[in-house]
Amino acid sequence: MNIEKFKPAIVYTIYIASTPEKVWEALTSAEFSRKYFSGNAVEVDLRVGGAFMLRTPDGAPHITGEVIECEPARKLTVTFNVNWPALLEKLGPTLVSYEIEQAGDAVKLTLSQSHDRPLSDDILSGGRAGWPAILSSLKSLLETGEAMVIKMQPPERMLAALKELGIATA
Amino acid sequence: MSKPEFVYVIYIEASCEKVWDALIDPEMTKDYWGRHRNSSDWSKGAKWQHEDYDDASKVAIAGTVIESERPHRLVLSWARPANLGDPDKVSRVTFTIEEQFGSTRLTVVHSELDDEMLRGVSAGWPPILSSMKTLLETGASMPMTRRRWKSGE
Repeated sequence: MNIEKFKPAIVYTIYIASTPEKVWEALTSAEFSRKYFSGNAVEVDLRVGGAFMLRTPDGAPHITGEVIECEPARKLTVTFNVNWPALLEKLGPTLVSYEIEQAGDAVKLTLSQSHDRPLSDDILSGGRAGWPAILSSLKSLLETGEAMVIKMQPPERMLAALKELGIATA
Repeated sequence: MSKPEFVYVIYIEASCEKVWDALIDPEMTKDYWGRHRNSSDWSKGAKWQHEDYDDASKVAIAGTVIESERPHRLVLSWARPANLGDPDKVSRVTFTIEEQFGSTRLTVVHSELDDEMLRGVSAGWPPILSSMKTLLETGASMPMTRRRWKSGE
């Protein structure tokens, strides 16, 4: 897959008082992700071409994709496609990239969500609302031992926009 | 053509009141905002200054309090002191502090930015606000944010 065509639509940076290795572990293991990622379990085969999956608490594969770039404790890029019929066909793949850098005594974590075509603000509103909550919760988990429980409204604007494009959600 | 804005959202496990107070308490800002303090009486129309904690005569940023509603909304004008008279170089910062089902969501919208200030604040807000969150949740800020930023950073 040619990732050159993909441009970041959402970029979020957060600094975490932890180590690159711990941040990497939190991003790639179900034991951690269940706590900060709304109960979803991340499963990833950490090699280029390996499968990536986010399962809901009932075990269903909610988000699936494959590993595009994998540098342990530095960078992980995956395709990140929500399993709603017609989403991939109508919006193209979603690319999610996590970059981990040492920043002084802390870790700078940068999340980029990229697409190969322009998407409306309504479609992007789900990610724009979700990522700061997910990564704030990851930060709290690594720093205090407790993830945040952030109850969020369903992203109505995004769901309505997807429905209008003929994408059945959930 | 509208000028660019920078938006940052972070969720903090602390009350809205604690987040508001963290923005204005010198003993806290010195530890997460590069050994600086924010000085004002925080009433609408009052002046405010972002000063070196150890030397109040060293003012990095200044402006006016446009709106002040503790603990949910604080709006400030923002400029380097030398630029206060130049409307093209005065930007605006809106802090919105909202309770969301027991957590606090802090949204910072920094608007009406010129390109140089956009670059500076895009690099500055994430570590400053991340460190404020660390301070409020763990009792200690991230050490690298306790030191003054080198000029140009």
